[in-house]
Amino acid sequence: MAEIPENIRKRAEEARAKAQGTAVPGAASAAPSPSPAATAVMDGPSRDLDAEAQRFGVPRRLLERGMYARARKDGVPAPALAGAAAPSAATATPSAPAAAPVAAAAGPPPGVRTQRLLTVVKAGAIQGTTKEPTDKVNVWPHLLAIEFVALLAMLAFLTLLSAFVDAPLLEFANFNEQPNPSKAPWYFLGLQELLAYFDPMVAGVIVPGFGLAALAFIPYIDRNPSTRPTDRKLAISIFTVFFMAAAILTIFGSFFRGPGFNFVFPWRDGIFFDDLLAILE
Amino acid sequence: MADGNGRTGLKEAVTGLGDHVRNSQVWTSIFRPGSPMRADGSDSPRNRAYVVMNNVLYHLHPVKVKRHGVKVSYVLCLGGLSFFLFIVLTITGIFLMFYYRPTSPQAYFDIQALATDVAFGQLVRNMHRWGAHLMVLTVFLHMARVFYHGAYKPPREFNWVVGIILLLLTLLLSFTGYLLPWDQLALWAVTVGTNMGGYVPVFGAQVSFALVGGVQITADTLLRWYTLHVLFLPFIITIFMAVHFWRVRKDGGISGPL
Repeated sequence: MAEIPENIRKRAEEARAKAQGTAVPGAASAAPSPSPAATAVMDGPSRDLDAEAQRFGVPRRLLERGMYARARKDGVPAPALAGAAAPSAATATPSAPAAAPVAAAAGPPPGVRTQRLLTVVKAGAIQGTTKEPTDKVNVWPHLLAIEFVALLAMLAFLTLLSAFVDAPLLEFANFNEQPNPSKAPWYFLGLQELLAYFDPMVAGVIVPGFGLAALAFIPYIDRNPSTRPTDRKLAISIFTVFFMAAAILTIFGSFFRGPGFNFVFPWRDGIFFDDLLAILE
Repeated sequence: MADGNGRTGLKEAVTGLGDHVRNSQVWTSIFRPGSPMRADGSDSPRNRAYVVMNNVLYHLHPVKVKRHGVKVSYVLCLGGLSFFLFIVLTITGIFLMFYYRPTSPQAYFDIQALATDVAFGQLVRNMHRWGAHLMVLTVFLHMARVFYHGAYKPPREFNWVVGIILLLLTLLLSFTGYLLPWDQLALWAVTVGTNMGGYVPVFGAQVSFALVGGVQITADTLLRWYTLHVLFLPFIITIFMAVHFWRVRKDGGISGPL
């Protein structure tokens, strides 16, 4: 039996009572407290619907309808109603005095449709909202204007740099004369620096290979869902260590390595980094 | 009619002409509804949305973004600047292609001729080279920014992987371009770099052979790397960039706030 919220039941009873000009049923029927002897037997030959309504918290009207419906479905006579007065099934007023007693065995009178309560849906949206509303601004003009300024600033910087600093161009490529030192492009100088310490197999294959793989797999390794820095101390520490290590190796290979890839001080021995040299000269 | 003499003043004439042009069929066919270029392109919430939706370039963006996402201090514009540098490099690169032959010794002399024979040749070459260095830098920094914001976390895991592929492709683009001036710097930097490829286990020799198009760097390497640099790698990186930008939108736009 579906449970009907108390407030809805009360309200419905009050409305019905008001429409029929009678007293609120709860007030009348609540006075005699239900005795244990009044326990209704649902399938018994006789039923005290008033007692059942109080005991199960279901309107008497619904119980009555359900009783008739079941009786009709099963093809048996409906049980007799207990109590002093059997109210009319058509009006179904619990506390109304018996206006027109019906034959208990006949079921509901013809023309009366019985209904069953299936469920009571509480108020609220059927679909839950999963997304919280967020504070948003229009891309135009708020974002596009910023992007445009950033773009212009970058273009201005690049144009000015290019106007004043020429890209390096050394002598014609000569296979017989290797410049000393020979350096890779700056973004590979960290690896070239590693090459000074480790076997080429380690510095040239294992470190960049595993480094890239580890980098690509970060989202699948770091399963911590939080994006707050305070929750990610370990991840941030590890990444920072590797990022700084790469930066330091690159700076070291770029500035502190001279002829023969030997250690030099850039302020004492000069800079062996052609692209930067072009900018500084 | 400002002076009330019944004649049309210059200002009115210009304004009238402007309105006439902006209301013409040609003009309204070029600028789609909502564009500030149109006569009816007033500033309204509806038109602000149209500006983005009705423009082939801007509709890379959503109509609205989270408020913290437009703070310069959040993204530092690094991803956008990487993309912008890629566009600058494409434009300057196409310019350079008009004057460059990937053969030895012409390659070197063509680069020299940029400085002497071509209007703005040296400037454009400089922009291409410094722009390339800057792009490597901005891509690296963009990656660091994304990491520190935890912006690779679900549902953005795969877009981080695409980003790593883009980083690798950026490095390869820069590296293949490094050889093209065909000077001592180019030749020996690439020699040092490609020697590492030879250490790849099992098929290292084959990798090295495929990379340089022979057992050592020759003029054939120049043609090979030129093709990689101007066609193959830009083609691949464009596809991955498209996926990258598309996934940014599909994965819920800008990450955060922290």
